[in-house]
Amino acid sequence: MGINSIVMVKQVPDTANISGQVMKEDGTVNRAKLPAILNHEDKTALELALRIKDQYGGKVTIITMGPPRASDVLRECLFMGADEAYLISDRKFAGADTLATSYVLSETIKKIGSYDFIFAGRQAIDGDTAQVGPQTAEKLNIPQITYTEEILEVGKSSVKVRRKIDGGYEILESKLPVLLTVIKDAAFPRPFKAKRIMAYKNAKTLLELEKLTEGNSLLYVDQLKEEYIARGLYIKTLTMDDLKLDETRCGIHGSPTKVYKVESVVLAGGNHEKINPTQEELSRLIVKLMEDHILG
Amino acid sequence: MPNFFTENKDLLYHFERLGLEEVVNFIEDNFSQSKKFDYAPVNYEDAKENYRRVLEVIGDIAGNYIYPRAAQIDNEGATFKDGKVHYAKGTKEALDMLSKAELMGMILPREYGGLNFPTTIYMIAVEMISRAEASLMNIFGLQDIGRTIAQFGDADQKEAFLPGFCTGKYTGAMALTEPDAGSDLQAVKLHAYQDEKGNWFLRGVKRFITNGNGEVLLVLARTEPGSKDARGLSMFVCYGDETVVVRRIEHKLGIHGSPTCELQFNDTPAQLIGERRFGLLKYVLYLMNRARVGIGAQSLGITQEAYEQALQYAKAREQFGKPIYNLPVVSNILINMRVTLEANRSLFYAASVWLDKKEMLESHIDKLKAEKKPYSEFNEKFKEANKVVTLLTPLTKYLLSESVNRICYDSLQIHGGTGYMHEFGIERLSRDARITNIYEGTSQMQIVAAAGSVINNVLAEYFDEWEKRSYKGSLNKLLEKIIEIRALFNDALKYVKDKKDTYFQDVAAKDLVDLYGFIYISFLLLNESNEDQRKVFIARRYIVDSLAKAREKYESIKNELYADILHADTILI
Repeated sequence: MGINSIVMVKQVPDTANISGQVMKEDGTVNRAKLPAILNHEDKTALELALRIKDQYGGKVTIITMGPPRASDVLRECLFMGADEAYLISDRKFAGADTLATSYVLSETIKKIGSYDFIFAGRQAIDGDTAQVGPQTAEKLNIPQITYTEEILEVGKSSVKVRRKIDGGYEILESKLPVLLTVIKDAAFPRPFKAKRIMAYKNAKTLLELEKLTEGNSLLYVDQLKEEYIARGLYIKTLTMDDLKLDETRCGIHGSPTKVYKVESVVLAGGNHEKINPTQEELSRLIVKLMEDHILG
Repeated sequence: MPNFFTENKDLLYHFERLGLEEVVNFIEDNFSQSKKFDYAPVNYEDAKENYRRVLEVIGDIAGNYIYPRAAQIDNEGATFKDGKVHYAKGTKEALDMLSKAELMGMILPREYGGLNFPTTIYMIAVEMISRAEASLMNIFGLQDIGRTIAQFGDADQKEAFLPGFCTGKYTGAMALTEPDAGSDLQAVKLHAYQDEKGNWFLRGVKRFITNGNGEVLLVLARTEPGSKDARGLSMFVCYGDETVVVRRIEHKLGIHGSPTCELQFNDTPAQLIGERRFGLLKYVLYLMNRARVGIGAQSLGITQEAYEQALQYAKAREQFGKPIYNLPVVSNILINMRVTLEANRSLFYAASVWLDKKEMLESHIDKLKAEKKPYSEFNEKFKEANKVVTLLTPLTKYLLSESVNRICYDSLQIHGGTGYMHEFGIERLSRDARITNIYEGTSQMQIVAAAGSVINNVLAEYFDEWEKRSYKGSLNKLLEKIIEIRALFNDALKYVKDKKDTYFQDVAAKDLVDLYGFIYISFLLLNESNEDQRKVFIARRYIVDSLAKAREKYESIKNELYADILHADTILI
């Protein structure tokens, strides 16, 4: 039978490789210039899922919600060993906050069906909210363990996990299915496998197949899709309609989070004042610190 | 986060212009393999795309995973405890990563789990791995052991050994050297005998065996009692089981991650590879020639890294109020290093592609023979390729391994006192480089191997053709200089031949081989310059420098510099 896992991944800007052209003069990010990568902790989450598969068999399915080019990270997941990948993409998903995103993802997971584990990275390096995983678990009404450091034991219908907490760790046991969010230290992700790179390099989403047919009257998308499915190179592509979603809960409409303002905050030292080690001077310092609400 | 493939412009340059179409067509059976394997290419472009993508992954693993472990591997080294060899922690991790990425069977057939890549693509990988950690190459680069079994083993042997190589479960070793048989392998004594059922066993000692602790060993042994030369030697494959005792490992100057073992075979069960009595003459020759190209790649990888470290240090180190990079004497050394690096790479990939062509033609002919089809057309091509490979393999091994020592010397010099300290990478590179012109045949042996071809001027037709080509503007001035080097070579060669003095000829062979190398590499760079503007700088310095050196060598020969060899006993008190 094996143990089936679904891994939720996200394509994020590669903030570790920022070059001069990426920052615009107004301090905002020029996304087009920023290389996009698979979020590191999502990669670690995939590694944990693949280790379970290595040991117990089963299937690893990847889902991502994102723009058409997010297919790049899905191919990378296939290169590492994932069995199947879904791109959830629709213009109507644009502007989604964590609430709307977890709605779309949880509905996708319901459609995919049976699973024992859902894995996600703890958080994405662009938003840093760490909310999508937990919210997805809530919507699916399954238990969740966040900050997973190590999977200690996988039983028939339960799992024992060590999770990181401030200043230490705790060991939790949960019944399956469960959603785990994973921290980077949990595992070193395996490399892309040479044979899978060569086999899946041409895997394509529906959107990419549509692009191929543009300006070529001899190609029909449906036919192409059949061909890609037959060759095992089709990345399943789902839209809002495919998932029969409630439009008011998707994208900007379904997102109560509103960004008020983006500011570029520069932290720098200001003027300094010298305090001499005398009784009077020290009293003056304490009064000043109390006025600034640093003390008291 | 350096990627040793995508961030190495010169390597990418060579990758883009490798002329491997014919080779790839053949090894892919005109791309019919794609019907059986989902990862086999459907055409040449697809194959190239496969190579590029896989090399990108190797470049990433080499630069970001292995390279940061190099100092640790050097410090810990391979160790020997309780009769067992242990790799350094970093070596183990690196091998594990490369195995997981399915890169341990790059040149093995797909039916056994390999990637079926041309040798040249594998060599690009070897170059990058060597740059990251030179001694890891001595394990990663032993894929040629599997390749030799794939080439000459029978079906059962392939089935038994090759899948393990591909997954990384097996590493190999070639057990050739013995205490009294180093450069002179004809003197091998290790005894192979048969029991009454015809099973073979090995008994004896091998020394200086790289990765002798490997799971699968290719062993050169004497099968014909009483014989004294190469015709009594045969090739065997065996497992490194409990009958193979590692007696010790060597404490070496460099390549600490690679265990160098003394092995004792105590009636080790073994299987004969191919035919009896062809051990040295056919199979070791095949394996050694490939291994020599591999050492060329190792030298090239270390050269690249020694250059990078010198460049980086020169830019960062300030003296007299500015980076030493801006001092002309320093930038001049750096330019020399860079020119040598690129010249060497041109030679290396030309040699490697010729090796691929030669092996492809050889296999093609074997196939046609088996199918009882005419093959004379390919026979001519094969002879030609074989002729070129016979020269280029030892020439490349000799020039690149000598040169990496010089490059490390210069790089350390640019580092000044800092470079002499253990904490800096160049100290390790200098030690690692030192073995390259010793093992797999010393430079002196490579010169002997190349000298015959040089004396017969086997590339003359190529040189003639390149002389007749039309070159852009200023390149014609460079062409004139190459023609001058050729004239010096021809004159020196005639002088040596006419002298009919074998002592003199043996010593002068080095100069003649050097001169021949100048001509060949000069032409390669000239042709590159014709297509690529930047390469003009590389070609100019290389050719002008070569002409100066050529004159020196010419003078040495014509002035009878070596006439005193006969008086060695008087001089050497």
